[in-house]
Amino acid sequence: MNKEHKLYLKKLKKEKRSIIFFQILILVVFLLLWELLTKYKILNPFIFSSPSKIIITIKNLYLNYHLISHILTTLYETLIAFTLGITLSFIIAIILYEFKTLNKIIDPYLTMLNSLPKVALGPLIIIIAGANSKSIIVMALLINLIVGIMNIYNGFNNIDPNLIKLFQTFKASRIDTLFKLVIPASYKTIISSLKMNISMTLIGVIMGEFLVSSKGIGYLIIYGTQIFNLNMVMAGIIILIIISFILYKLVVYIENKLIK
Amino acid sequence: MTKLLSIKNLKKTYYSKTDEIEAIKDISFDLQKDEFICIVGPSGCGKSTLLNILTDMDTKTSGDIIKSPNLKFGYMLQSEAMLDWKNVFDNVTLGLAIKKIKTKENMLYVNDLLNKYGLSEFKNSYPKELSGGMKQRLALIRTLALKPDILILDEPFSKLDYQTRLLVSNDVYNIIKNEHKTALMVTHDLSEAISLADKVIVLSKRPSYIKNIYEIKRKENKGPIENRKDKNFSYYYDLIWKDLTNE
Repeated sequence: MNKEHKLYLKKLKKEKRSIIFFQILILVVFLLLWELLTKYKILNPFIFSSPSKIIITIKNLYLNYHLISHILTTLYETLIAFTLGITLSFIIAIILYEFKTLNKIIDPYLTMLNSLPKVALGPLIIIIAGANSKSIIVMALLINLIVGIMNIYNGFNNIDPNLIKLFQTFKASRIDTLFKLVIPASYKTIISSLKMNISMTLIGVIMGEFLVSSKGIGYLIIYGTQIFNLNMVMAGIIILIIISFILYKLVVYIENKLIK
Repeated sequence: MTKLLSIKNLKKTYYSKTDEIEAIKDISFDLQKDEFICIVGPSGCGKSTLLNILTDMDTKTSGDIIKSPNLKFGYMLQSEAMLDWKNVFDNVTLGLAIKKIKTKENMLYVNDLLNKYGLSEFKNSYPKELSGGMKQRLALIRTLALKPDILILDEPFSKLDYQTRLLVSNDVYNIIKNEHKTALMVTHDLSEAISLADKVIVLSKRPSYIKNIYEIKRKENKGPIENRKDKNFSYYYDLIWKDLTNE
């Protein structure tokens, strides 16, 4: 390695360090301002809570309100809805791709379903599936399915037409074309749609928990609102931020592992 | 000479919502065993349509196509069309895999072809690691793996730069002659057609009919690069150029 190369690497390192420094700085300043502004009553501490109170609340939730089991409930629902969502999107996208006429027939209905705010179906789902995890998972599925199907279906349609023609010249069957070309060629698109899917699933799960309210982080937030304990609401939001951040990073990590 | 294929008064009409498009008006010609025929014509004249009809990927409107019994076509596309998630060997044997004829004999034949044309060391490479010319030669071997009687080539070199194009066309020509294959190639490059083919068929613009068929006579047939130096080369070039420009 020559001198200039070393200098270049050093510069890169320095840049990276300064980015991390400022990222941490923003967080620290934000938390400090929040703490001080509420301490000196410039912001109403009852509504805005404060970092120190949130930490105390989280500790309290952990000791007296089974915080871990609420977190696990939300994670469990997310995981189930996510896995089901991916599997179903994949299967439905294949059906829509293989049966073009069927696709054309049901297109207006899909558009209707897609444009409907899914949360409007919430009360109906609760009556049908019951006030439990089942209806929360259905809710999350409704939200992540459409996006998942569209992503994968578009991936199928973006395959190089030359490859399709190549398979035609071999007189390949539809099954062969599907399994030897269409699916492997869309592998990357399918994997990249996971990121989108995890965010959508989490939205659905929290929305479901708002509606059904018996357990989970969404329940803690709604319960906090009902008893006017805004420390609990804020604590719930902070935990949710951490969970969604970790889940997102996890999916990105898995994606990078699978695509390489 | 044995006649492999005979096309008589072929006609093809397309329909769109608003139009009736006559792509091919009247085409008749024969293809003999071991012959190399090039079809030239202005772009959009229905050359690809003709190839698609011959290989049953499209239907004719009228006319006759008489094929010798059990005639097998091998189609080589304009783009090399490699599956980038499969290695070279799996790509080359793709046709065999799809047709479920990965027999020992066929695999030996593919290995033999790869060895003969200096590509066996790349068997485990992936397409993205290879040059355009190499991929084009592999595409030809992929087509040959199915042991076709007639090779159909649809502007196979048009994606390559000029120099590679000459070299690859030379290689492809040699492979085709070595393996004793009959070839029908479509191109819009006149010099390529004259230097490769035994016979050049000139098509009119759409709706296409045959303007002329030229038997290319040379002193010696030494492959497309050397053939360009033949004294008759510019004579044919002028004739075909006139055919293409005079409407």
